Amino acid sequence: MTTTRRQFLKLGAAATASVLGPRRARAQASGPRVVVVGGGFAGASCARALRQADPKIAVTLVEPNATFTACPFSNSVIVGMRELSAQQFTYERVAADGITIARTTATAIDAPAKSVTLADGAKLTYDRLVLAPGIDIRWGALPGYDEAASAQMPHAWRAGDQTLLLRRQLETMDDGGLVVIAAPANPFRCPPGPYERASLIAHFLKTKKPKSKLLVLDAKDAFSKQRLFQAAWAELYPGLLEWVPLSKGGNVTSVEPATRTLVTDFGKHQAKVANVIPPQKAGRIAEAAGVTDRSGWCPIDPVTFESKLQPGIHVIGDAAIAGAMPKSAFAANSQAKVCAAAVAALVGGGTPSNPKLINTCYSLVAPDYGISVAGVYQPTNGQLADVPGAGGVSPSDAPREARKAEAVLAEAWFRTITGEVFG
Amino acid sequence: MRRVVAAAIGLASIAAAAVVAAEPPAGAAACSGCHPGSPRVTSPVVRLAGRDRDQIIKAMQDFRSGARAGTVMDRIAKGFTDAEIQAIAAWYASQK
Repeated sequence: MTTTRRQFLKLGAAATASVLGPRRARAQASGPRVVVVGGGFAGASCARALRQADPKIAVTLVEPNATFTACPFSNSVIVGMRELSAQQFTYERVAADGITIARTTATAIDAPAKSVTLADGAKLTYDRLVLAPGIDIRWGALPGYDEAASAQMPHAWRAGDQTLLLRRQLETMDDGGLVVIAAPANPFRCPPGPYERASLIAHFLKTKKPKSKLLVLDAKDAFSKQRLFQAAWAELYPGLLEWVPLSKGGNVTSVEPATRTLVTDFGKHQAKVANVIPPQKAGRIAEAAGVTDRSGWCPIDPVTFESKLQPGIHVIGDAAIAGAMPKSAFAANSQAKVCAAAVAALVGGGTPSNPKLINTCYSLVAPDYGISVAGVYQPTNGQLADVPGAGGVSPSDAPREARKAEAVLAEAWFRTITGEVFG
Repeated sequence: MRRVVAAAIGLASIAAAAVVAAEPPAGAAACSGCHPGSPRVTSPVVRLAGRDRDQIIKAMQDFRSGARAGTVMDRIAKGFTDAEIQAIAAWYASQK
């Protein structure tokens, strides 16, 4: 066969892959095969960046949901500032990039055989595998908090029905009720998330149910953007929002879902609405693949995001132990692009280059009051470390116009990142 | 001899252009988290693709030194060296 003819066939296979479906695509594709498991900010970004880096790579994205529901800005949905539909995105444009989408769950991974088993028993073989499974809840790690308990005391830490359940509970609560948020110990998805949620619920109560009270019971003594949040709370929600740190009895040791009671070492709090943000771990498939360590998260190489435990498997997004990088959507997208470039280099026989990554996280403390944290990261001594002198939080003395500008930028960021990943 | 040198320079610049157009340099891929690449996205944040190279370099250097006030760019620019800024600016300038 001539080179030209072979190239022509390759091009033909690439162009028709998504139309013919996974079986024909697998049979025909002759380029390197990369399977990506998980279609969130990390996985969908990585799949698209792989095709962009090298169109010869046959990319399969394994994702059971037809619609992705984004977590950033879901706190605004909880308090009625936004509808859940504004959080939802489909995979049509991802597929249009020539990515084969397997609408199913990955149930097992055989690392030595380089194969992924799907829910129907079918197997996908790969040259490189990227896992982007996000988080799973550690059911039972907080005594009393199992899956059934989340119907009474929603976690709302994966956006969707849980988000709407917490919203309904807040809407139907009588004025004067006690709302409690339980915040977990580190590490967990979206470090400033519990405090943005507390801020927006406080805003909701202040405007709609002003006799109510919000208690944040925290398993920590310190949290992301703490000084900025606390200054804003003192200004906007005095007497309404109380934060109880670990050292003052904030650690929730068990819950009683039937009565919405949260138990701490210092006493019991019976809530009208209780939002329990429970301990978390890497999404289930990471454990099945053998890429989690005893922490439940995934140690990775900071240049390639390849697992330190299983060669040929890369882990990105919330599931990864990414050193100084937080578990955020921005970080996931940033990691996905670096990982895609590294995987494209590796399957093409090249050498991955040393990356530099960025994170920016906005939080709303009121609808028109935004604050942010930013960071720049690079591999240092086998970890992703902060570039010294860079990053940090919004200035504590910024004028109100700057807070307004950051609230506008927060929404612009959401439109941009979701446009980039799903649009 | 002169002709050989000229030809070599010609080849070198073609090679350099090819490098610029290929893989984004360290840090460049992260910019599109906020700076839209897709024409379908509306945002007050400036687009970088096709922007003048020297303009990008000056903006980054001014954010880094504090000569220009930023919301987050002042904090992010401090994480990049002159060489990295130049590579990122050249790469974005070469994008359509």
